[in-house]
Amino acid sequence: MNKSITNSIRFVFFILLQLYLLDNFLFLDYINPYVYIIFILLLPISMSSIQVMLLSFLLGLTLDVFHNSGGVHAAACLVLGYFRPLALRNAFGVNFDFQTLKFYGEGFKPLLVYVSIMVGIHHLVMFSMEAFSLAYIPRILTNTLYSGIFSIALIILVIYFLKPSKK
Amino acid sequence: MQQLINFFLKFKTALVFWALFVLAIALTINANTYHQNKWLSSTNTISSFVLGKGAAISDYFYLKQENKKLMDENKRMKHYYLFQQHHAQALDSLTFDHNQPLDSSFEIINAKVIANSYRKINNYLLIEALEDFDLSVDVGVVSPQGIVGVVEDHKANFARVISVLNPSISINAQLAKTKHFGSLVWDGKDPNVTSLIDVPRSASVAVGDLVETGGNSLIFPEGIPVGEVIDFELDQNRGYYNIQVKLHTDMTNVRNVYMIQWKDKETILELIPESNE
Repeated sequence: MNKSITNSIRFVFFILLQLYLLDNFLFLDYINPYVYIIFILLLPISMSSIQVMLLSFLLGLTLDVFHNSGGVHAAACLVLGYFRPLALRNAFGVNFDFQTLKFYGEGFKPLLVYVSIMVGIHHLVMFSMEAFSLAYIPRILTNTLYSGIFSIALIILVIYFLKPSKK
Repeated sequence: MQQLINFFLKFKTALVFWALFVLAIALTINANTYHQNKWLSSTNTISSFVLGKGAAISDYFYLKQENKKLMDENKRMKHYYLFQQHHAQALDSLTFDHNQPLDSSFEIINAKVIANSYRKINNYLLIEALEDFDLSVDVGVVSPQGIVGVVEDHKANFARVISVLNPSISINAQLAKTKHFGSLVWDGKDPNVTSLIDVPRSASVAVGDLVETGGNSLIFPEGIPVGEVIDFELDQNRGYYNIQVKLHTDMTNVRNVYMIQWKDKETILELIPESNE
């Protein structure tokens, strides 16, 4: 299927998934998984970094409109888009040369590292922006840690679920 | 010139990043400011439609609970009504007319919650009015159990409500027993507990005392239940109490709410000098 159609569908799908399902999750008062960033994680590797950043910003802004949160998610996603090449290089190492990498061909460990770095960055920026004050640092860190663990687990599950079947 | 263009081309990624980042920060600051955020919010047509669809489904799972809450409220009302009737008859059996509708200075509008947040620091609700209304800003929103928040913005039938769980508003509230009043604010921690601050030292406070809305504001009518005192301390330096109040309303589960507004608010506002706003 055409790449841009796949990505448009993912965009809408992950926003709705976040709004209808995951925003209603509540474990232990703190944990709220944010899985919609899979859209950014799975953008084509060949895409230029400016395109990635613009799409990330748009994704975050869309969620912000629903959450009444101004630019919290927009900022977090933008930072995520900016650091994506760095995270890819760190996680997939030498294989990261833009064209040849396949997310699923590299085994479990690089994928886990990639997802963890990205979720860590996103959650930290998002919770900091949401609190918008130094008074909440312990809360920002606990939120990042607990929600982060759940987000990482769910994101890896969903990524394997989306894996294209071999023909 | 060539050098300038080269400069922009070289740093284009960073430039785009910083431009968008500053925009995002500006939007966040804007959203944290009361009454400023008009255009990017959940009251716009598309987002209220999308959120409304979700609420329509999840409503079914809470029907039983919600029925119970409304029944309880009805029971209380019934008690109150019978009590009033009894007293009216005793006092003035000649002039009291049961068929006369109660003359109220308030208008009450039924509404349904379609989106609610309570885990964040700045929390909002989106509600949909179930009847036509002519709303002004700063309208109080209450649940069957107690206060919920204040309408900040509205469009068509949808209204965005600042939750009591939002540090950017403070609500005038008082101790039900002694009528000493203070400000109800939220510290961003527990979604069941808010603080009533600036209550004067002369007030007598005890754990279990009831807290209700005060008469010093045009948002809520006086006497709407807020919660009960669970802890309090006297700030020795300032001479004011800081009282922890457990909310009657379970903010993690509000479905049916009422908007309450004064019928002649404009007239009242005209009488208040601008500086008090």
